Amino acid sequence: MMKIVVCIKQVPDTNEIKINQVTGTLIREGVPSIMNPDDKGGLEMALSLKDKYNAHVTVITMGPPQADSILREALALGADRAILLTDRKFAGADTLATSHALAGALKRLEWDLILTGRQAIDGDTAQVGPQIAEHLSIPQVTYAEDLTYDGNRVFTVRKQSEEGYQILEVESPALITVLATANKPRYMSVKGIVEAFNKEVEIWGADKIEIDEEKLGLKGSPTKVYKAFTKGLRAAGQLYEVESEEAVGIIISKLKEKFIV
Amino acid sequence: MDFELNKTQQLFQQMIREFSEKEVKPLAAEIDEQERFPVETVEKMAKLGILGIPVPVAYGGAGGDNIMYSIAIEELSRVCGTTGVIVSAHTSLCVVPILEFGSEEQRQKYLPKLCRGEWLGAFGLTEPNAGTDASSQQTMAVPDGDEYILNGSKIFITNAGYAQVYIIFAMTDKSVGVKGITAFIVEAGTPGFSVGKKELKLGIRGSATCELIFENCRIPKSNILGKIGGGFSIAMKTLDGGRIGIASQALGIAQGAMDETIKYAKERKQFGKSISAFQNTQFQMAELHTKVEASRLLVRSAALKKDSGQPYSAEAAMAKLFAAETSMEVTTKAVQFHGGYGYTREYPVERMMRDAKITEIYEGTSEVQKMVIAAQIFK
Repeated sequence: MMKIVVCIKQVPDTNEIKINQVTGTLIREGVPSIMNPDDKGGLEMALSLKDKYNAHVTVITMGPPQADSILREALALGADRAILLTDRKFAGADTLATSHALAGALKRLEWDLILTGRQAIDGDTAQVGPQIAEHLSIPQVTYAEDLTYDGNRVFTVRKQSEEGYQILEVESPALITVLATANKPRYMSVKGIVEAFNKEVEIWGADKIEIDEEKLGLKGSPTKVYKAFTKGLRAAGQLYEVESEEAVGIIISKLKEKFIV
Repeated sequence: MDFELNKTQQLFQQMIREFSEKEVKPLAAEIDEQERFPVETVEKMAKLGILGIPVPVAYGGAGGDNIMYSIAIEELSRVCGTTGVIVSAHTSLCVVPILEFGSEEQRQKYLPKLCRGEWLGAFGLTEPNAGTDASSQQTMAVPDGDEYILNGSKIFITNAGYAQVYIIFAMTDKSVGVKGITAFIVEAGTPGFSVGKKELKLGIRGSATCELIFENCRIPKSNILGKIGGGFSIAMKTLDGGRIGIASQALGIAQGAMDETIKYAKERKQFGKSISAFQNTQFQMAELHTKVEASRLLVRSAALKKDSGQPYSAEAAMAKLFAAETSMEVTTKAVQFHGGYGYTREYPVERMMRDAKITEIYEGTSEVQKMVIAAQIFK
């Protein structure tokens, strides 16, 4: 049976975040936590492979104990096994330390395919998936918007790019990062929800994974935050609805006015 | 004592809320306008197990509880009152009485298909001359060998025509009054059973409400639900549970009207400011919000009592009475807050106001709820 591991992350629902108008900072209180949308796309991809080819699907996340809720959601959606990587030693991890921890856990699991979301809506780095593939020395395809399987070992992936898309073939074992737009995630079934809380979520600490502890958490994070700031607001631009020839004239005169040309 | 939903209930609320927003809300105005039964929504709900929430897995249900069931009706009704009542009538009035009063054979035969949504359920008690006075049943059932022969008619039956399984009440012995009423499980397609005219209604216009006609309709004795003469008690106990469903529907409609009004009051500007900035808006909305929250506590308390096996008849009646009257008040004021726009079909509040009215009438009028509550006080 094909074995799939899906890496998921709990993130604040950024649609629900409001900005404090006085301080310009994010108001995080009362913001619901959700499964990262791209990861949900990855999970749906795994579950549809399970529907067709009877795969075994494991979900794994690194996070605080509250991240249990997205693993329950994944179980309710149809995942077979759930693992929560949680340990104080993981705290303060940047993308590199996170990918080391996840790769360390993946070394303790069996898989033919690893799926991750393209990126998380709270960081937008798109680094963790590719880094995991590097640590595991397996091929990767990023930005998948569609995937088909030949039933044997070959996955055909439609990879989104800025210019259009590419069709790539990759042999398992491989890691693929998935876009939220790749599919329409299913709803949890009522029975799935009830049963999700009767299943076990395995708790793995740093001692359970195959990794040098120096690579974990704050110690293993080379990223240094130099400064965090809120972008200043700009005044609304001016809109001209004119023919292109006239528009060119306006643009040039504006550029001259500002001494740009 | 705990007022929080447990984790299962919270995750369920997340799912049903998303389902309602994405799958149910977009159809609400259309099915109301066209008075169309939303078959496609029923199919989607069936697939997810929404048609068998409080039923054990052994009978094909989801193995959930009545709090979850109540949340489902609330969230569906928040965006579409019609969809809420379809699930409520099916579950509370057909699935649950078979579960609670049916024989093992009847449970095995009917529950899995009802829970999977292959069959939809309905309930027939009301007659032209037996409304609030439900004991005045004129539908007769006369024994004949291994069968009973049913003659008579039922009116205002929710899900009629779309349901395959009907719980029907009929007089088997008129001489002993209410003790002569028996409940039968009647399948669609039984010779002599037909669905009559469809009612044109003020609200919940997507739900099918029709007359049922029985003309020498032969029902096998194995389809008697409970005991001969035990029908009235089954009807009353079933309606106790049904009232949790309708109270949840009323609550959901009220919450939906609150959602719409809060949004509108923030956007709508008059005299240079949002109408939400006026104290009249704030004070009225504060009062309505309080009543909606109070309704929710009454509804959840009744559902919790049912889940824990305690008597809940008066609690269900209080929940339904208060939630229904709150729903009517909230939706009426929601239209008022929306002004002329609220009176048009451009905004959903006029539909919500029309939908809310029935919650004060069916499964026991507000007056009946007061009778039930008073009987509890002065027993």
